[in-house]
Amino acid sequence: MDMTGINDLFDQPLVVVNVGLKIFHESLKTQGALCVHVDWRPPAGGDPKILEILEKLGS
Amino acid sequence: MITRNFVRRNHYSDSVSLMLLSSKLTKMPGVIGAAVMMATDNNKVLMRRSQLLLEESETASPSDMIIALKVEGEEMLAEVQNVVEDFFSKTGRSANFTENDPVVRTQDMALKMFEGANLAIISIPGRYAAREAKKALERDLHVLLFSDNVSLEDEKELKKMAVAKGLLMMGPDCGTSIINGYGLGFANAVRKGGIGLVAASGTGLQEVSCIINKHGGGISQAIGTGGRDVKSSVGGIMMMAGLQALSSDHDTEVIVLVSKPPDKPVLDQILEVAGNAGKPVVSCFLGAVYGKVPDNVLTVRTLEEAAIRSIELSASNKGLHVEYPASGTRIREVAESGSCSFRPPQRFLRGLFSGGTLCYEALLLLSPVLGDIYSNIPFEPRLKLLDPGKSIGHTLLDLGDDYFTESRPHPMIDASYRVERFEKEASDPETAVILLDVVLGYGSHPDPAGVLVDPVSKARTSALLEGRNIIVIASVCGTPDDPQDLTRQEEKLREAGVLVMPSNAQASALATAIISMGR
Repeated sequence: MDMTGINDLFDQPLVVVNVGLKIFHESLKTQGALCVHVDWRPPAGGDPKILEILEKLGS
Repeated sequence: MITRNFVRRNHYSDSVSLMLLSSKLTKMPGVIGAAVMMATDNNKVLMRRSQLLLEESETASPSDMIIALKVEGEEMLAEVQNVVEDFFSKTGRSANFTENDPVVRTQDMALKMFEGANLAIISIPGRYAAREAKKALERDLHVLLFSDNVSLEDEKELKKMAVAKGLLMMGPDCGTSIINGYGLGFANAVRKGGIGLVAASGTGLQEVSCIINKHGGGISQAIGTGGRDVKSSVGGIMMMAGLQALSSDHDTEVIVLVSKPPDKPVLDQILEVAGNAGKPVVSCFLGAVYGKVPDNVLTVRTLEEAAIRSIELSASNKGLHVEYPASGTRIREVAESGSCSFRPPQRFLRGLFSGGTLCYEALLLLSPVLGDIYSNIPFEPRLKLLDPGKSIGHTLLDLGDDYFTESRPHPMIDASYRVERFEKEASDPETAVILLDVVLGYGSHPDPAGVLVDPVSKARTSALLEGRNIIVIASVCGTPDDPQDLTRQEEKLREAGVLVMPSNAQASALATAIISMGR
């Protein structure tokens, strides 16, 4: 296993993309970390049938 | 009494926010029941079961939000609706951001705007989580996947993909990590130092890192893997990847591994990798049976011992005064000063935990002395509570388990159910000792000790009036730099008459001593 990618992360400034719960975005901002929040919504309006079709189409 | 449903079409909000709102509404005077949920099939079942769902809402779609209320009278509705409106105006989608924050809808938009992004935290419903995590890995982001309900197949695929690219895939069901000094998920404000952690246990990682902090040590990196990582089905992929990364990390002097016992073949593989780490490794696999371990690996029994041994082994901390866990004699002294004779039929211990691993550690330490302990996460199937809502004999509960969190927030975020359950246990004439954990940190309840003060004081007073003496023991997992402040939280508990111990292991030892003395 080549884990140099993980070691590179340890040497870089942390820049986070937060997808989901806002509390994690808020907590990182409180700590002074760079973080962008993605206001995520369920694809296909959360409709399982449409989602299944979209997944089959690979989108 | 009237039941009303209000449906907001195409209005999405995350489940934690909605559960907190539901909890807030339920506490209002005149409100008998309340649930605010996205109208997924599963949520509709939960609302139906609580008799909160009206027929008119059955057709609501998963993108709709249902506000279901059962109130004493019509006049309450307006008041409740005001609270709901106020909640959404403050925490709704427009309030997700400060004025300068852009509204971003997808990872790709985020990456375009934020050049240099290197890690994604994903906390969305399990059904969608693997897809979003894969997207992040494809874009060379390390991932912390907080979501649960992700299939084993997906977990394995994601971790293999991550390892092939040299990326971290922390989770699914990873509650905490500390990367480059920043706490991700539910983490504590610990100082930087030379001890690196890899943990398949959220509160295990928190307890070890906080005790290291308490004794003057510090953390280089703390990598969460998600609890299933050490099972044969996943094969310890991320624990071994994390271990290797920390082995070559120049800031890490000692590595600590934390988990419930890995499956045997996985344990052997992890120990083999640990043997080649080139630095000391402290292995804290709670309750594991080890065979031969490599020379550089030290096995320990408790989370506290893991923290203390790692400080001793850490070169940069040499010379620090390490306060050892209380000896048996000291514990007995505290037990003697704290305990009075119990009044029959008082004889049982009841433990109410918000941290799963803290509950597991307590079970591990208490069972050899107290014998059978019932739980929702027991060691033996025969000790599993058929109804976790009712304690039997000695009972320790993990209140963060799915049974308790299906329709309410995790107890680390909202203490309502724990308070309710505490009152129930305290009024049980068979209860002698109640054992609690209080977990601080980013994301956790802003004042978890504060919400316990009144119930503890009232319960102890009522018990005394009935000629009983209830002993309440707690340990606080946190640091003075946490938003809740460890010192202040401990003070609040002591003022309420709680015996506060410096670790979960010592709190468990004290509970054992008091129960044994009262026999």
